[in-house]
Amino acid sequence: MENAALIQTKDLVKIYPMGSHELVALNNVNLDFKKGEFAGLVGPSGSGKTTLLNIVGSLDSPTRGSAIVMGKKVEELSHKQAARLRNSHIGFIFQTFNLLPVYTVFENVEFPLLLLGFSPAERKRLVMEALDWVRLADRARSRPAQLSGGESQRVAIARAIVKKPAIILADEPTANLDAENSHNVLQIMEELNQETGTTFIFATHDEKVISYLRRKITLIDGRVVRDEVMTPERQPEAKAQAQAQAQAQAKPSPGRTEQAEETGGPGGTGTRGGSGGRR
Amino acid sequence: MIKFLLKGILRDRSRSLFPFLTVTIGVMLTVFLYCYIKGAESNFIESSARFSTGHVKIMSRAYAAEADQIPNDLAYVGVESLLLELRQEFPDMVWTPRIRFGGLLDIPDEAGETRSQGTVAGLAVDLFGSDSPERLIINIEKAVVSGHLPRKQGEILISADLATTLDVRPGDTATLIGSTMHGSMAITNFTVAGTIRFGVTAMDRGAVLADIHDIQEALDMEDAAGEILGFYRGFIYKDKDAEDMASRFNARHHGQGESDEFLPVMVTLKNQSGLADLLAMMGMFSSVVVLIFVAAMSIVLWNAGLMGSLRRYGEIGVRLAMGEDKGHLYRSLIAESMLIAVFGTIAGTTVGVAIAYYIQVHGIDISSFMKSSSLMVTDVLRAQVTPVSFVIGFLPGLGATFIGTSISGIGIYRRKTSTLMKELE
Repeated sequence: MENAALIQTKDLVKIYPMGSHELVALNNVNLDFKKGEFAGLVGPSGSGKTTLLNIVGSLDSPTRGSAIVMGKKVEELSHKQAARLRNSHIGFIFQTFNLLPVYTVFENVEFPLLLLGFSPAERKRLVMEALDWVRLADRARSRPAQLSGGESQRVAIARAIVKKPAIILADEPTANLDAENSHNVLQIMEELNQETGTTFIFATHDEKVISYLRRKITLIDGRVVRDEVMTPERQPEAKAQAQAQAQAQAKPSPGRTEQAEETGGPGGTGTRGGSGGRR
Repeated sequence: MIKFLLKGILRDRSRSLFPFLTVTIGVMLTVFLYCYIKGAESNFIESSARFSTGHVKIMSRAYAAEADQIPNDLAYVGVESLLLELRQEFPDMVWTPRIRFGGLLDIPDEAGETRSQGTVAGLAVDLFGSDSPERLIINIEKAVVSGHLPRKQGEILISADLATTLDVRPGDTATLIGSTMHGSMAITNFTVAGTIRFGVTAMDRGAVLADIHDIQEALDMEDAAGEILGFYRGFIYKDKDAEDMASRFNARHHGQGESDEFLPVMVTLKNQSGLADLLAMMGMFSSVVVLIFVAAMSIVLWNAGLMGSLRRYGEIGVRLAMGEDKGHLYRSLIAESMLIAVFGTIAGTTVGVAIAYYIQVHGIDISSFMKSSSLMVTDVLRAQVTPVSFVIGFLPGLGATFIGTSISGIGIYRRKTSTLMKELE
């Protein structure tokens, strides 16, 4: 991990006008994120998690203060420059996958590369590499409608990582997934983070996600109230607890067939040594 | 990117089917109406040229000034020498003299008393000249309903409708009562060789077709003719060329004596009987048809674009979040709609041209609407497929799609990226 901060916020303030009043969504937030971090913004609804993610992702600009992402001041970027920053350096993972329904898995993952102007051969190589990462290489020709929720989110992860961004911002990535699939995708993201050094920043209040974090930033009413490094001793413990809960939830029942299949398949829980894995 | 867009269009029918059908139907109607107007225009030009105006017409100045009244007393004298001059100077043209005349046609019984009588509008053309182009120009062979073409001097053809009215059959005698070029009464007996129908109501109502030499003799018009008609070989009217030719001819002949009203004057097809105005009006109709379709289709496609944008709200949001520039996204939506427009235009043009071609071959019988018409229009209206027919549809097809999508796509620029995360939840 390098020491240089990929993301830096300095006295970041975001205020939304609400009629005659003002809503302070972020209040003097000072944070640094370095390469390879696996960090999460946690806190109750309305605490400013998504607002901070928006600004860091150059989707919004601060009212005051500064947000420097990949050396660029977000508040000084034009729409076009902000789009270029997102396109080149930032991957997004959303709560509701947001795959393009008419395109295949391969084409969905290929899309960011089209925007970056990669050659067809290069696109094919990178897409298959990304699908390999998320253990969906064998589903490349499937359409989103043919995928389970877990698979869809893995495609969304592949789409986010295919252009090899420095930063991936994930807004409640497990909110629409059951416990077992949540762990699947979190494990993939963790492995990606460890093997590629991609910085992951989550906005979440899901305990399962929190159990994987190595840095937890707690926001309340737009202020950073805690910025904790999750110690290696503590982390596996919490993870094991969350996984046990997931397994308890995943006991075979008529409604869980899909998860059972997934667990047994190449993309299932556990090590990435299955037939669809890279190793 | 185009390939990517194409896949989306082909797979998502709800994205492409409605705009495709809109463009196809609009283009089909535009192409068909264009061909139909073009056909009507050509029909009018051709019929007028064959029976009345020629591609250019030479008259005496005095005759030209009163041409509507067919003033044969002002006819041009010295036709033979003028024809020689014209054939030398304009060898690309076919020149032929004609006399239009009016009178009374009297049908006697066996005792020589009047059995029936009717007014006629006659046309005298060179029927017997070895190099006469008239048989081809007015297509006499095909027009014969009964009897035969005149085989010798003194034989005439009369319209089938007039023959029925006057109860005349081929072989009967008919007496033409009219006035000579000098104002005296002219009475000449002819033999009815046959009956004819040109399919042009204005001609078929009461026409007599006679040889020009017979009429020159009957009306004391030796070496005179009311009109000398010029036709382009191939029978294609070239307006600009005709104007140039008329200017040259008139400049030379005017130089001979400004005050002589019997000098010849050349008039182009477009400058006769208000044809220029009529053709300009038809051209305007064509433009109006295209404009109406562009406007109507633009509105429909604008709405289709808005519906599509709403349906693809999530997709557009994701693309913006992923870092697609708003301008690029806007252009890609336009490119996508233009792809649909190209397919729709090709389909619409194919169908439109096919229908137009069918009507070009088979025609539509409008004789029931032409009973009292004096227009030189055939009773069977045909569409005309021209090279322009294959491209005219691209104007409404691509233009309307471009306008519609450009307007509906403006919403992309209003989309706030700051709310994307919430919108995509």
